[in-house]
Amino acid sequence: MRLTYPSSIKVIQVPCTGRVDIVHLLKAIEDGADGVYVAGCLEGECHFISGNLKAKKRVQYVKKVLEEVGMAPGRVEMFNLSAGEGNRFAEIANEMFNRIKELGPSPLRIKGAA
Amino acid sequence: MIVADRKPINEILDMVKRCNKILIVGCKGCVTVCNVGGSKEVGILASILKIARKKEGRPLEVDEKTIERQCDPEYVEQLKDLVGQYDAVISMACGVGPQFLSEAYPEQRFFPAVNTTFFGGALQHGIWAERCAGCGTCVIHYYDGLCPVARCSKSLLNGPCGGSANGKCEISKEVDCIWDMIVRKKMEQGRLDDLVEIKPAKDWRTARDGGPRKSIREELVQ
Repeated sequence: MRLTYPSSIKVIQVPCTGRVDIVHLLKAIEDGADGVYVAGCLEGECHFISGNLKAKKRVQYVKKVLEEVGMAPGRVEMFNLSAGEGNRFAEIANEMFNRIKELGPSPLRIKGAA
Repeated sequence: MIVADRKPINEILDMVKRCNKILIVGCKGCVTVCNVGGSKEVGILASILKIARKKEGRPLEVDEKTIERQCDPEYVEQLKDLVGQYDAVISMACGVGPQFLSEAYPEQRFFPAVNTTFFGGALQHGIWAERCAGCGTCVIHYYDGLCPVARCSKSLLNGPCGGSANGKCEISKEVDCIWDMIVRKKMEQGRLDDLVEIKPAKDWRTARDGGPRKSIREELVQ
């Protein structure tokens, strides 16, 4: 397919999005990531039954936390796509990249540089 | 177990606004079981506080420690070399935790990170409900396993009151009328007559009405 997506996106593989915990998403933000998104399987098609639904709730929790501390909740997001949808993967990567570009760099890196 | 909810982040941030280095202490007892103050939640709170303070440009150093229980001096003692190294210590245990820590280390400041809510159980993962009021004189057996002290909004021992409608309490459609449940259960079991039996007045001196309580078990005291 030779699809491209922004090189600034770092992919971290997990066996199932159900493995992604709240603290993993928070640590990424804490360490200065401008945004984090979770790409899970389509809802209802989790090999482990409900991993992607659990991830969705955790992403929602982190969104709420970001709002509470005055950061844009859009910096974290959950997407659902099947493993066969290479096109959609690149599309999502670009969508998230553009969203973050609009939001600008993480406020943690601007003020917390010291 | 004792059930609690984490305080809003801004309230916790306000407690530690003058601190640069803090310790968050979790508890492996009830608050771990109700997913509010165990090692996992300590990690989450530490990360949130660090994010918030980093964003303000005033980074906060946060260390984490979770002990077996904060309601037993033998475990609280494990913190003796640690607590002095911080500007303040946040306890994620129930209300007992920050008090036991304060009593053990009077020179340090301890802040509660959770609001202790009730004695209850999990209806399902993520949902807990009150089941006991800790009144000190259990009467559950009179009501077939349903406690009106904890579960009736008025703690009536001779309900239901006029606010009971369609099995719900007048305070909210979400709240079951426990007296409706008690009466129905008695009817199903054919023991409705139990409720007309005259019983001596309940002894409320064992509840909070008698002031702060203490339990002494002579066979255990050394």
